[in-house]
Amino acid sequence: MSSVKDWAAPNPITENRGGLIGKGVDRYEGRLKVTGSAPYAYEVDAPSRPAIGYMATAAIAKGRIARIDTKAAEASPGVLLVWSHLNAPAQAPRGTRANPRSQRPSNPVLASDRIENFGQTVAFVVADTFENARAAANLVEIEYAAEPGVVDFVASLDQADQPPGEEDVHIGDFPAAYAAAPVSVDETYESPIQNHVQMEPCATTAWWDGDKVTVHTSIQMVKGGQHALAETLAIPSADVHLLTRYIGGGFGGKGQAYDDLILAALGARALGRPVKLAYTRQQMFHGTIHRPAVSMRVRLGAQPDGRLTAFAVEATTHCARNAIFTEHAANFSRNLYAAPNRLTGHRLVKMDLPGAGPMRAPGEAPGMLSLECAMDELAEKLGLDPIELRIRNEPEVDPETGKPFSVRQLVRCMREGAAHFGWERRKAQPRQVRDGRWLVGMGMAAAIRGNFLLPAKAGVRIDADGIITLRQGMTDIGTGTYTILAQIAAETMGVPMEQVKVEMGDSDFPPAPGSGGQFGAATAGSAAYDAGMNLRKALTELAVGDPNSPLYGGPAEYVTFENGNIAIENRSETLAALVARAAPEGVYVEGSISPAADARDYSQHTYGAHFAEVGVDVVTGEVRMRKMFGVFAAGRILNAKTAKSQITGGMIWGVGTALTESNVVDPRYGSFINQDMAGYLVPAHADIVDLDAVFLDEADDKANPMGIKGVGELGICGAGAAVANAIYNATGVRLRDYPMTPEKVLAGMLAVGL
Amino acid sequence: MKTTITVNGQARTLDVDSRTTLLDALREHLGLIGSKKGCDHGQCGACTVLVNGARINSCLSLLVMHDGDQVTTIEGLGTAENLHPVQQAFLENDAFQCGYCTPGQICSAVGMLQEAADGWPSQVMEDVAALVDLTEAEIRERMSGNICRCSAYPQIVAAIRSVAGDAA
Repeated sequence: MSSVKDWAAPNPITENRGGLIGKGVDRYEGRLKVTGSAPYAYEVDAPSRPAIGYMATAAIAKGRIARIDTKAAEASPGVLLVWSHLNAPAQAPRGTRANPRSQRPSNPVLASDRIENFGQTVAFVVADTFENARAAANLVEIEYAAEPGVVDFVASLDQADQPPGEEDVHIGDFPAAYAAAPVSVDETYESPIQNHVQMEPCATTAWWDGDKVTVHTSIQMVKGGQHALAETLAIPSADVHLLTRYIGGGFGGKGQAYDDLILAALGARALGRPVKLAYTRQQMFHGTIHRPAVSMRVRLGAQPDGRLTAFAVEATTHCARNAIFTEHAANFSRNLYAAPNRLTGHRLVKMDLPGAGPMRAPGEAPGMLSLECAMDELAEKLGLDPIELRIRNEPEVDPETGKPFSVRQLVRCMREGAAHFGWERRKAQPRQVRDGRWLVGMGMAAAIRGNFLLPAKAGVRIDADGIITLRQGMTDIGTGTYTILAQIAAETMGVPMEQVKVEMGDSDFPPAPGSGGQFGAATAGSAAYDAGMNLRKALTELAVGDPNSPLYGGPAEYVTFENGNIAIENRSETLAALVARAAPEGVYVEGSISPAADARDYSQHTYGAHFAEVGVDVVTGEVRMRKMFGVFAAGRILNAKTAKSQITGGMIWGVGTALTESNVVDPRYGSFINQDMAGYLVPAHADIVDLDAVFLDEADDKANPMGIKGVGELGICGAGAAVANAIYNATGVRLRDYPMTPEKVLAGMLAVGL
Repeated sequence: MKTTITVNGQARTLDVDSRTTLLDALREHLGLIGSKKGCDHGQCGACTVLVNGARINSCLSLLVMHDGDQVTTIEGLGTAENLHPVQQAFLENDAFQCGYCTPGQICSAVGMLQEAADGWPSQVMEDVAALVDLTEAEIRERMSGNICRCSAYPQIVAAIRSVAGDAA
């Protein structure tokens, strides 16, 4: 087990002699993407023309299929097969693992007559064309025996239980301290069901060669997908070759395998030809996971100087009855502000809705919508600036565990953000600034998101032409992974970017955990770095042991790698010359990373501060963004362009969270009424005005050998709260029910006499 | 039903199911995978192509409606070795992440630049009879039919501005 002490020593990444670390190089796969030539899962070349699959889905929330008639579908033109639960191929029972090391258990499709959620797959058609498959799927006749289901979250809050295996965290005596606090806030905030709405719907193309299946699918986790398919089909995972080279967005929603993967593989096996299958946009809303709604009660008790003495964040959320998941919306608050008396915890309602699961910054993203507004409310009661209130509650050590922070620049984020944004222009009293029909206001919020490192491996080879190829079972969901891995490999080996190839998204490659939890860059990157260091060792041994090398005889400890050369002072040769001569078949090594045992001795997070300026239309209640700015501290930044894009993308998600995004449940069917992109509104070009972000200089030597941290999720954390606080500052209307749509804002303005 | 369209300068005759959208004809029958299917309902813009020079959502249009039309897809704008100026600007400005909306954004931008040059007004113009000044607000308004869930909007606007500036 490694130690954080091992990570503190200088290394090629931290020394950055080639200057590639941090540089805003263009995306590695960029030319493929701007020319439309990157093949996504539905678009790959198969050995022969694929047949096309199409799913029919359930129209009730709960019950069973009383009768299903597929005769008309079977007789429809071009149809090759029609499956329902009556004739679907045998699959392993749900939740089983034939191989105990499988990362995901079996998840069979069409396994019984039971309906567990609206949109569940109830029939599968394969036909010669998309048009024929879709038409036939619509001919499947189904009669349901519906049963009452729990689909209304707010009406079911009284059914909430402690999540399995979890306890509330009590520190000090919260009830007594809260009762004694001279200034207090006790408010409840509601965030709705949200949907990932990745631009690329989930899709799979599958074909078989004997007992082995090849699947190209859109998934964030290579091994998880491979194992889920193998377990479900009850075949060895070695017989599943899973590829996921280009992924049209993930955001957590593609962290698991869905029915497209299972059905495409089963269909291809049954027909003896390639089959491909994509979710429709409507099916994505119900057939894949969503972020659950969260109801959050925040109680803050403070002294007149602003110091918090009592602090409670309690979150109630929901998940599907048979897929337990807890949105840990209170967790972030355990590390954010000092307060001696604390209570945090979660409650969970099991419902008959589609599955809840991780979506960009699970926990923090909805959770910060509550506390970061409650702090704004408390600041106003205290007559303090919201930044000053946060500074007065800045902890010296982790407020819950007492552990030291690895590095924490939250106060600097807030101060520098305030200066850059022009926070001094903000009027402490709300409703003071008017611009024509617009009321104008400013708000801010803090950002925190945990940092993680998981075990990973990577392989790297150098060939006789000097080209270095990094291979890893990692994914790039738009986050820039191809690019930052190429930068890491090139900087570690002292070669230009053009000399590096990155191959990913293949279950045959050394495994990495994939993209999620903003652990991807640190985890995959650290393994890639380690593989590079091992290649340096191998090439050093090769050179100093080769009588034909100018480096012959060493000393090995003086060997350097720069500008494509391996050198000892003025004795040098190119890597290509060395390999071509001494190892013409190439050199391949692997590397790995695992979390350091003593990393747990530190409280480790990424931080930021959001600033938002909005205009609120006094006639319609419409909120328009005017300006948004963020300052973030997230370790060493690998690529200025791609990291900033991650962060500003997250901030824009915060705008959607604050203003438009919400899936509304139809209580009759347990469905989402708004199940397409005209009804579920994500931000569009015109919604985003003057939005920018910067990173503070930082390196976190407790994080990993490179001192980097994740940036994929930090940007959304707190962003929506900054917008909500700006709406209050503009109007004097304190809304606590996201999203803050015109009808809610208008009702609030009418209530205060506007 | 036989339909002949000219795609990226090449005449192509297809005899496919009359329910086939222009998008599926391009993707499934002509192998032009650059045009993407994000919603199949004209809500996301990922399928945007140019028909007779004007941008349309190819998912909302049946192939059989386009007999004799000139269609330009992302593949017809440039190649990896010889990028169109808008493609080059997207690359340099990092105007994408996952890349799935990107061909549609680029085709839409090319169509939009021509619309602006031709004097088409927009919702945000104060004087709809005036010459179009492609400010950031104009670009945002005119590009709002193309969703980017990764939310690379600031970079997309910067990329288009750089091209619009060069052309002006």
